[in-house]
Amino acid sequence: MAKPFLQIKNLAVDFATRRGVVHAVDDININLNKGEVIAIVGESGSGKSVTAYSILNLLGNNGKIAKGSITFDGMNLENPSASLLKDIRGREIAMIFQNPMSTLNPIRKVGDQLSDMLRQHAQATNQTAPRKVIELLHKVEIQDTRRVTNAYPFELSGGMCQRVMIALALACNSRLLIADEPTTGLDVTTQKSIMDLIMGLVKHRNLAVILITHDLGMAYQYCDKFVVMEKGQVVEACDDHSLFTSPQHSYTKKLLAATPGISSKVEHLTPTVPVELSKPAVEIEKKELLKVEGLVKTYILKSQGGFKSQGNTFNAVDGVNFTIYQGECVGLVGESGCGKSTTSRLIARLEQPSEGRILFLGEDIGQVSDRDFIRSPRRKDIQMVFQDPTGSLNPRHSAFQLISEPILRLQKDFNKANLKDQVYQLAEKVGLPLELIYRLPHQLSGGQKARVGIARAIALNPKLLILDEPTSALDVSVQAIVLQLLEHLRREHNLSYLFVSHDLNVVRMLSQRILVMQSGKIVESGETAEVMSKPKHLFTKTLLAAIPQLAS
Amino acid sequence: MLAVPSLIGVIVVAFVLTRSLPGDPAVYFAGITADEESIAQIREQLGLDKSIFHQFIVYCKNLTQGNLGVSLNTGQSVASELSARFPASLELTLTGLALALMAAIPLGILAAVNPNTWIDHLCRIFVTAGASTPIFFSGLLLVFVFYYLLGWAPSPIGRLDFFYLSPPKVTGFYTIDAMINGDFETAAAAAKQLILPAITLAIFALAPIARMTRSAMLTAMGSEYVKAATANGIDRRKIIFVYALRNAMLPLLTIMGLVFSYLLGANVLVEKVFSWPGIGSFAVDALVASDFAAVQGFILVMAVMFVVLNLVIDILYTLVDPRVSIDG
Amino acid sequence: MGDLLLNKKMVRNTDTKLDPELSQHSQNSATPEQHDWRQQTWYILSQNPISMFSIVLFLIFILVGITGPFWVPFDPIASDTSIALQAPSFLHLFGTDHLGRDVFSRVVVATRLDLWIALSAVSISALVGTSLGCLAGYFGGWYDRIIGRIADTILAFPLFVLAMGIVAVLGNSLTNVIYATALINIPFFIRVARAEVTIQRNHQYVQAALLSGNTHLRTLVFHIFPNCLPALMVQMSLNMGWAILNAAGLSFIGLGVRPPVAEWGIMVAEGANYIISGEWWLVLFPGLILMLAVFCFNLLGDALRDLVDPQKRT
Repeated sequence: MAKPFLQIKNLAVDFATRRGVVHAVDDININLNKGEVIAIVGESGSGKSVTAYSILNLLGNNGKIAKGSITFDGMNLENPSASLLKDIRGREIAMIFQNPMSTLNPIRKVGDQLSDMLRQHAQATNQTAPRKVIELLHKVEIQDTRRVTNAYPFELSGGMCQRVMIALALACNSRLLIADEPTTGLDVTTQKSIMDLIMGLVKHRNLAVILITHDLGMAYQYCDKFVVMEKGQVVEACDDHSLFTSPQHSYTKKLLAATPGISSKVEHLTPTVPVELSKPAVEIEKKELLKVEGLVKTYILKSQGGFKSQGNTFNAVDGVNFTIYQGECVGLVGESGCGKSTTSRLIARLEQPSEGRILFLGEDIGQVSDRDFIRSPRRKDIQMVFQDPTGSLNPRHSAFQLISEPILRLQKDFNKANLKDQVYQLAEKVGLPLELIYRLPHQLSGGQKARVGIARAIALNPKLLILDEPTSALDVSVQAIVLQLLEHLRREHNLSYLFVSHDLNVVRMLSQRILVMQSGKIVESGETAEVMSKPKHLFTKTLLAAIPQLAS
Repeated sequence: MLAVPSLIGVIVVAFVLTRSLPGDPAVYFAGITADEESIAQIREQLGLDKSIFHQFIVYCKNLTQGNLGVSLNTGQSVASELSARFPASLELTLTGLALALMAAIPLGILAAVNPNTWIDHLCRIFVTAGASTPIFFSGLLLVFVFYYLLGWAPSPIGRLDFFYLSPPKVTGFYTIDAMINGDFETAAAAAKQLILPAITLAIFALAPIARMTRSAMLTAMGSEYVKAATANGIDRRKIIFVYALRNAMLPLLTIMGLVFSYLLGANVLVEKVFSWPGIGSFAVDALVASDFAAVQGFILVMAVMFVVLNLVIDILYTLVDPRVSIDG
Repeated sequence: MGDLLLNKKMVRNTDTKLDPELSQHSQNSATPEQHDWRQQTWYILSQNPISMFSIVLFLIFILVGITGPFWVPFDPIASDTSIALQAPSFLHLFGTDHLGRDVFSRVVVATRLDLWIALSAVSISALVGTSLGCLAGYFGGWYDRIIGRIADTILAFPLFVLAMGIVAVLGNSLTNVIYATALINIPFFIRVARAEVTIQRNHQYVQAALLSGNTHLRTLVFHIFPNCLPALMVQMSLNMGWAILNAAGLSFIGLGVRPPVAEWGIMVAEGANYIISGEWWLVLFPGLILMLAVFCFNLLGDALRDLVDPQKRT
């Protein structure tokens, strides 16, 4: 049997850190032939990026390949000489990164960066470079080549920057492409067009591709071979799509279950259905809790450098109406910058609305200024769970302090003797082990931090809980558990949620009704099942079509 | 133009500060033998009998006409005193700054390209030691070594040894004026006088420049775009100088205004050590003698320089960084 | 001094960028115990001998500052012209000055005064500057504009010259040297505090604190401020060095401390006239110790920064 095009054998990578040597990955074996597309799937900390970076020796000053070999088309890459690296990087093996906006030099014109690349690898001379740059841009389906070549990265959108990165990577007819989460940070609709573009070019040139992703749906849709990694180890490798139908390793099973599909239910996100969610949910009676009428938030755009603030205004939220009933979860979905987070901050009374009414149990709480609302008896009724479990916890406060904060500040009949019991009960409610209660946030895992954030939010039995992308910073397996916890809490305490997210698939599982937001306006609303099966607005349709799906 | 409110602030502070200097200028002008009446007369002449607010208005009016008042110490107009001495200070400061930049930027790059190695540590110790040395001490030390011990440098007094004639004034910089005049011997002599005080200043300014270069280079070298350029096989030299250094220049530019302002302050001490006839030593003498017109004039010159400098930096910034445009 | 400038536009946190997976990884493998940070501190210090050196030096200076006057061999202000200008010997380690005073004893005794000036000046400016900077950073708007103008106006002067002016106006005394030094340090604390608060206030824990019923002021003081402390500690250490330099510079030109008091700046000034005739020890020893003290505080600032945020070290 012929040797594979790319062979990684028993690879181990070590990093020297302040806490001593860390074994990032160990005993990795990957084989890849020409024209094959392999997915390396794993959650954060699995070592999937380290594996890919070691191929091009991009491990930084403190990382080194401790063991094993990497062979690419007969060349050994585990300990490459400077001249070999020069020949390989960009010419034989190309790479695409996440966050396209920051992977381009911010103060160099796009055209210059492309011609740097072409001239570096002797693909063009000074004379031919401009023409070749335009050819390259055409290949990545950029029409407006004149504008793009003369633009700086900040003048282009994220999707456009990623197209330029792809053009850079494919400038030299390289034979292996490494794509490291190429669509993370882009909106779902852009995601799809970028992936389709990459895959089209790849098939056309018969390239070998390594796609690094945390998204099983994307792996399923675009790849032929799969490697699943956990904690620096390969736990399962599979040469066909049978990985998705008959996974062998328990971790793969867990991951597959946790990845939300088009029809998955929140109770099935873990391999076993949790007891709390085994009973069907009770029907919601239509008792109005929150009614938002004509909500508008206007920001004044500052002109730089001048004293006069010109009349440039921008409506982040532009006439929004909706209702939330008691015990109901309403999903608010939209892409970045659509105004969904502003809406949630307005309702949480962290910001002052410009126009409109926020009726909470019939009382217009929008009238109270955000500064005075702290002393309002309604303060404890509206609480929030934040997007970033790390950033939303004060790094100097222990879990106990964090959970007790709202009790100390807002509870009227506060009793010092009861505090401990109260906090312990809350911790139990959200499933935070009591032995962790005096730890600081950095000593907790992502899931534990999310639990602390939820415990704090429900400490005073709020009536309305605003969930602002509560799982978007979490790995899917943790997301599954947090979603189940939220669902359980809602059912048990008859809580009402406003669930804000960019991910229709996640929102769908928890919400009874869905609002779709675009450019500050709600463009579609209705019962979840109806919106999902019969979307009316074009934007909802695009959003639905763009989500990568696992086969059921 | 953001510096304009600061400029107004400086004018006000300078005015208040100098009016509160101890001592009565009228008494000083009238002489020791003067009686009450003549002191009052002089006070009236100087406008000191008016309210502080009135005095301020008069002062501002004079300012717009370029009239900075008369120095008590020398009896000359402050404007002419300052303009005569200003080139000396500027020549010294600019030379010091140029020396510092030439040494510090390569040091910073060197340290950033080899982070946490002995090269890095050595650079760090060297520049920190420079910034830790009191400027009067390093000046005296240089004099001791290069004048007393080795005899390489001329005696540390003034801009030019006494047996040379100062060159005809064009720019006010002796070295350049002498060269324009074709008198290279005088130019060399002026340069010899200039070198020690300029080095003293440069040592002091090394640290902020070198450390900013290092940190900005480290940030740039650790950035995503440098990683991507490396993965794309761009030449390391090109990455360092075209991709990283140009980006690193931006934060460096923002601190240059402050560095320059530090150097102006340090100038006062250097000029004292080397008997340099600049505006710094002029200001010290004026302060000690409660010569308020002179002190005010000095502070204003400094503030105007500060504004001009910030303007230059802003313009440079827009040239380097496409994300900032002049019209906002 | 350089570090005072650096906080203006600091790009933060590139540490995890290199390898986002790594930080997560090390977190998993380490046991979150209390001795964790102590172990880490020790590791960082042992990796960096310069930081270790600065801490030892700092302790020596403190010790000398406290005990110095009790064990110096000679009275620091007793003059005896018969032994004037003697080169260093076993009896007079650093030689004698133009009045026959023992330079070593004077240098040792001066430690307390110089450190005291710097410490009180920096404490005042830290208190004032931090409060103003926090207000500006948190509330923004007019607070920010006015406080920012104040800082800019102070910085529009060459600071040493401004200090000279203040001492001249307020009167030539030690307390006024402290006030002047404090004033010119204030803008740096304003800037650092403002920058830190601006970063911190964008963290979601601030919104969480508000939701928990904290008022804005309470949030600022009890939630945001403690998280800014590390950066401020670094700044304090760096400003200590600079305050020492500034005070010595003032006494060098004859402001503030007056002879015959032993102070490093004055001693250098007094020795300056003798350097061109070869009596180098009058300048060298006080100057060297002065430099060492400033050096020590600068390195200490680096060491602190290294502990707090490794990427911020410059």
